Amino acid sequence: MTTTEVPTAAPPKRVAVPGRPARRRREGAAWVFLSPWVLGACVLTLLPMAVSLYLSFTDYDLFNPPSWVGLRNYTQMFTEDPRYWRSVVATLTYVVIAVPLQLALALAVALALKSMRRGRAFYRSAFYAPSLLGASMSIALVWRAIFNDGGTVDNLFGTGGWVNKPGWALFAVALLTVWQFGAPMVIFLAGLLQIPGELYEAAAVDGASRWRQFAHITIPMLSPVLFFNLVLQTIQAFQVFTPAFAVSAGKGGPADSTLFYTLYLYDRGFVASHMGYASAMAWVLLIVIGAVTAVLFRTSRSWVFYASEGDR
Amino acid sequence: MTTATPAVRTSFPWRRIALHVGCLAALLVMLYPLAWLLATSLKPADEVIASLNLLPSRLDWSNYSTALDGVNDVSVAQLLGNSLLIAGGAVVGNVLSCSLAAYAFARLRFRFRGPLFAFMIATIMLPHHAVLIPQYIIFNQLGMVNTYWPLILPKFLATEAFFVFLIVQFMRGLPRELEEAARIDGCGPFRSFFLVILPLTRPALITTAIFTFIWTWNDFFTQLIYLFSPEKFTLTLALRAFVDASSQSSFGPMFAMSVIALLPIVLFFLAFQRFLVEGMASSGVKG
Repeated sequence: MTTTEVPTAAPPKRVAVPGRPARRRREGAAWVFLSPWVLGACVLTLLPMAVSLYLSFTDYDLFNPPSWVGLRNYTQMFTEDPRYWRSVVATLTYVVIAVPLQLALALAVALALKSMRRGRAFYRSAFYAPSLLGASMSIALVWRAIFNDGGTVDNLFGTGGWVNKPGWALFAVALLTVWQFGAPMVIFLAGLLQIPGELYEAAAVDGASRWRQFAHITIPMLSPVLFFNLVLQTIQAFQVFTPAFAVSAGKGGPADSTLFYTLYLYDRGFVASHMGYASAMAWVLLIVIGAVTAVLFRTSRSWVFYASEGDR
Repeated sequence: MTTATPAVRTSFPWRRIALHVGCLAALLVMLYPLAWLLATSLKPADEVIASLNLLPSRLDWSNYSTALDGVNDVSVAQLLGNSLLIAGGAVVGNVLSCSLAAYAFARLRFRFRGPLFAFMIATIMLPHHAVLIPQYIIFNQLGMVNTYWPLILPKFLATEAFFVFLIVQFMRGLPRELEEAARIDGCGPFRSFFLVILPLTRPALITTAIFTFIWTWNDFFTQLIYLFSPEKFTLTLALRAFVDASSQSSFGPMFAMSVIALLPIVLFFLAFQRFLVEGMASSGVKG
């Protein structure tokens, strides 16, 4: 059996030595390297997922043992809890506003930096900085002050403070996400710089306008990176927490307009101690994110172009 | 008509100048919140709210001396120490556990490697909140709530799969001949990992360390649910105490403390920007 097996990658230098013990030892070594990850995946990922699925069918307040209530958490969530639906609407609105704006700005800046010879590295770093700072509580507090009554935006445009107006508060939070366009921009720029220049030269010789070059070379060649950014930023946007917490002092106001899904989940689970209900919410979030990702992957077949797949 | 434009455009410097002007303008808008933060933290109390000027009329450091006293009788020095302890523990944990797992995925052969790798990638997309409550219950059962263990221990178990993936990508780029040479010289997988591979993986490890530090430093949600004793608070949690206190007299000190909380990230960024930008760029393109 050992002799008929085809070695996959390693050169057959050890054929003379009986193969099995050596291979088993190497396999054992692999599991030693993997052991922290395996332990973490089992105890901190798989087990909690199973437990939270179970808890989502129970009433549980952390102190008394969970009591089975069947689907009641789910039916209550979908049919009897208007705040739940407001949190769904707030989150979806936010995702639909923030992600496309952020990616459009990231792509525009990446295109501008691509055609720049001097100063590209400087701008790239400078535009990237907010992506590191933006997740902090400090910046969230600055945002609240700038968009508050009497803050900079109020003074400039006379609109009043956005964070106190139900229709506007969400937009202030979305702008904080747009402000952090640097991370997808850096990825776009790296993708743009990998597109072979000959493609543009050939198109220019054929008389293609800049717009046609953009539509027929840049976008198809960049589509895998575009797809990566879209998936990543969408998933992250679904989970935003800190800015909404800071802007609304943890309450999701005004009028629940910034009551993001995660904020309401925190409120149900850790403020109101309805761990069963919060678990049900977490599972719905998991399924929705899974479904959105699956849809993105499915539609990607029609618009993402992988150069290595063949000659178009 | 259109054929002539490319040649004309390249000969004019206007396009490039316009590009720089546009970028600089965008940069000014983007840096405004940071300038606002710094300026406000240095304003005298009566100007923090009332004044429409961005710049303070005189530099007033009293906000900082108030902020240094801290919140709830806990000094800023202690808050800073707590933040550093958590971030430092997370860095050590992530670098160690993620590089171990990454080496197995990148170089060693074992059963179920394909499915396990796919599972590891899938956990990158897993929403943190899906596992949050049971994790909390587990740590609660272990009596670890209101300690730093729930914040540090998971990092030693390679739970941040993004970094495993980052290091795997890097290790795949290293030449295999190095390990083969080490093996001929009698090195087992452990010695070749520690003596040959790990030193060469340093750029990816530095990227992992810096991102872990910054993300842990900025983290709010996990600290919010696990820590409730003021003396265990971090800078981020102390700032949260200001969120509730909406009295305008605390505005100046609040922003002074915000500056203190941002300072380590700014310093890290200035020192390691190349690693950060390159690390971010490679995560999306080579993958």
